[in-house]
Amino acid sequence: MSDVLRNSSSPSVSEGSPSDQMAIAMSDITKRFPGVIANQSVNFAVQTGEVHGLLGENGAGKTTLMNILCGLYVPDEGKIWLRGDPVTFQRPADAIAAGIGMVHQHFQLVDRFSVAENLILGQSSALLQESPRKLHRRIRELAQRYGIDLDPATPVWQLSVGQQQRVEILKALYRDAKVLILDEPTAVLTPPEAERLMEILRQLAAQGTAVIFISHKLNEVKSVCDRITVLRDGQTITTVESTDCDTDQLAALMVGREVNLSRPSRRSMAIATPQLQLHQVSALGHHQKIALDTIDLTVHQGEIVGIAGVDGNGQRELEEVIVGLRSAESGTVNYQGVLAHIPSDRYSMGLISAFSVAENLLLRDIARPPFSRRGLLHPAVILNHAKELVQRYLIRTPSAKTLGGKLSGGNAQKVIVARELSRQPQVILAAQPTRGLDVGAMEYVHAQLMAQRDAGAAILLISTELDEILRLCDRIAVLYEGRIVGEMAADNADINQLGRLMAGQRQPDDSDFEFSKRANVAVPDSTLNESAHSA
Amino acid sequence: MLLCQTPHSTNLPIPLNRLPNYYRITIELLSFRTVVPHCRSVMTTVVSKSSFSLKPFAPILGVLVALMLSSILIILSGVNPLEAFGVLMSGAFGGGRQITETLLKATPILIIALGLTVAFRARVWNIGAEGQYHIGALAGGAIALLFPQLPGIVMLPLMLLAGLVGGLLWSAVAGLLHLKRGVNLIICTLMLNYIGILLVQYVSRAPLRDPNGFLPETARFVAAAQMPRLFGSRLHLGILIALLLVGLTALLLWRSPLGFRLRAVGANLNVARSVGIAPSRHVLTALLLSGALAGLAGVIEVSYTYTRLKPNISDGYGFTGILVALLGQLSPVGCLIAALLFSGLVVGAQALNVSLQVPAAVAGVLQALLVLGVLAGSAIAQREDL
Repeated sequence: MSDVLRNSSSPSVSEGSPSDQMAIAMSDITKRFPGVIANQSVNFAVQTGEVHGLLGENGAGKTTLMNILCGLYVPDEGKIWLRGDPVTFQRPADAIAAGIGMVHQHFQLVDRFSVAENLILGQSSALLQESPRKLHRRIRELAQRYGIDLDPATPVWQLSVGQQQRVEILKALYRDAKVLILDEPTAVLTPPEAERLMEILRQLAAQGTAVIFISHKLNEVKSVCDRITVLRDGQTITTVESTDCDTDQLAALMVGREVNLSRPSRRSMAIATPQLQLHQVSALGHHQKIALDTIDLTVHQGEIVGIAGVDGNGQRELEEVIVGLRSAESGTVNYQGVLAHIPSDRYSMGLISAFSVAENLLLRDIARPPFSRRGLLHPAVILNHAKELVQRYLIRTPSAKTLGGKLSGGNAQKVIVARELSRQPQVILAAQPTRGLDVGAMEYVHAQLMAQRDAGAAILLISTELDEILRLCDRIAVLYEGRIVGEMAADNADINQLGRLMAGQRQPDDSDFEFSKRANVAVPDSTLNESAHSA
Repeated sequence: MLLCQTPHSTNLPIPLNRLPNYYRITIELLSFRTVVPHCRSVMTTVVSKSSFSLKPFAPILGVLVALMLSSILIILSGVNPLEAFGVLMSGAFGGGRQITETLLKATPILIIALGLTVAFRARVWNIGAEGQYHIGALAGGAIALLFPQLPGIVMLPLMLLAGLVGGLLWSAVAGLLHLKRGVNLIICTLMLNYIGILLVQYVSRAPLRDPNGFLPETARFVAAAQMPRLFGSRLHLGILIALLLVGLTALLLWRSPLGFRLRAVGANLNVARSVGIAPSRHVLTALLLSGALAGLAGVIEVSYTYTRLKPNISDGYGFTGILVALLGQLSPVGCLIAALLFSGLVVGAQALNVSLQVPAAVAGVLQALLVLGVLAGSAIAQREDL
């Protein structure tokens, strides 16, 4: 399969000088860091007017390559061509001046400034002399040209995450970006917001901007990109037309082996003992609004129950109520045995960046023997425990003493998974367990959860990724505005019905509601077939 | 000084909007978070990337900059800076008498700084060591004055205990206001300083004033209530206690589950909470520990240096302790070194004043510049993007 793809690919920069229609061409880029070759003779070219996907696992060299392109790093070897002219970027200002704009994963906006103020921030002071009304009108025109709806006068803190991202995009456009780089832009977005972003990107491309879309979410890359370049271990693997390959092939190219993301076979549990029970649980969320409304839920031994739903419908509150971080207004949460918690937000709930891997692996149990005896910690025992888990859970880290914050997202998640699952839990609450993970790491986490299920653990999986829910769960409950609006066995789940439930539509006849489109975006064709097949 | 305490502010793992508001204000005050992101992007573009890095030497550079800046002051006083630094050094460490003086002065500062190290590690900004020191002194002194007939074997231990408890209770007042009512901890502890200082003044002027004395101070403590000297020198038991505490603090922070949890709360409150470490209990624990040690420092100091309660029983030790804890990079051994350095500066400045007529205030300026220089330097050293 991959041979076919390799033949079809012809990165134009690798042969001779790049043609003029290339907005950007990077040829034979090599960048070494102490002990690591981040990029090795990477070739990468983007045409004007295309959305070009840059696909690769965490640590494949995507970010390094893009940092070179926007002037943050100077490459050790290789050339960059801008519309046919060779260029060198010594600093970010050079790249910005050349028309390269980057939208970072973490927005670089001043909360208290308005949209307009953020746009002109750092621009020449002459702009400040323009009257706000004229400036606002100019910005509004610019926004409208690309189908972005934003009021220039709104302070940024009042905007949703998706809107803030659009401010970032607008900021780049305001600076005349001809090449727009988006680093994992959908990681922070809800599915409707992601869909909105895709539309804007297509518009940008249609009007001549070259868009580089960095992601490891295969469906998205496939759906929005014209061409896709795959990086693995710092090298260019191939560039393909996105119509020429399916997501399975992309996954294989990215990981370097066949990835099995189909629904795993499972043995059914004979006697179902309830292990986690929520009875009539109601809870308040932000601003004292009702976030959970009389939730009834039971998870049995050896069962994975999925909570599907669009982000922000009570997932976070449900998670917090179950682990006791938020108190329920009414109702009860009961479980027997040890509860493992894989949190939805790993850096604010699961991992201490300033602590070593070894310490992070024992955040819960450090006070217990054998790690601590007679009130004193035993560093040797703690370190051995860490080494064992690092090996068993395939955590890629220089050493057990490395700080947690230095690990890549996938490995940080593995640290949390290792810590939680090694406690031999009877109940597991996995909230967005693969958020931000690449396919390889995702496959791994899924396998761990399946193993725990087969060993008899009761697992509650809260996920906004519908394909994850469909792949892993035995039963699916749909959460909408804090209520469970539907529950079904996963074996015969109807994707359209799920989509309607997630959008708050109870009537099955309302089929052309806009959400069915979104559901199709979130779920790759392969999974659709899969679920149809198993049904 | 505290501004520099959060060098990682830009990658602070806690989203500010999830913290209670008073924390948020505190952190913004402490880190100038609203400003930092832009400085960061400006810095990255300004600083060129050379293969050789001065980064690891940044704190030492900070010391050099501090020395250079204070040289200007010394030159303005009409003295050769090199000569002045020589006099400063020999005045602080040049002989047995000088070293003794430096050690005596370092003791209360060190004990306070050790407590603050624990507190600051947990991100508990106790600015109230000065007040806790005074209340500790008051509690211990009250034992000495009210029960002078206590046998020697009971007297001192009881006084030390009273000092610990006094400081602990004084910090508990701030802790309860903070945790129960949400009052900003920095404000609470800071304000309680003045109340503590003035309470000691009140007590030594009115209820416990020596009826036979002319000055507004209490009677001398009986001999049993004074710190025993070591080997006939001017050194006293308190110095040994301080050294012992260096080890104990290190043990607490790095080798005990409690220290682990305190550090976890300090490193990431939200993560700590979600793995089952109760934040408020540990915030209180860290605060009480630092209060208790400040109180201990107070009682040790009055029972040896002043041997009575009176106004001005502190040379600003509670505030110097903050600087020493920060200069010591929140490590117990670092505190030991920084405390010796600071007290050496104060002692040496007296020699400077006597022999070269340079104002002793120069030492204060040098102290402050050193802390700024070292903290700025280590903040730079910890940046990843330079």
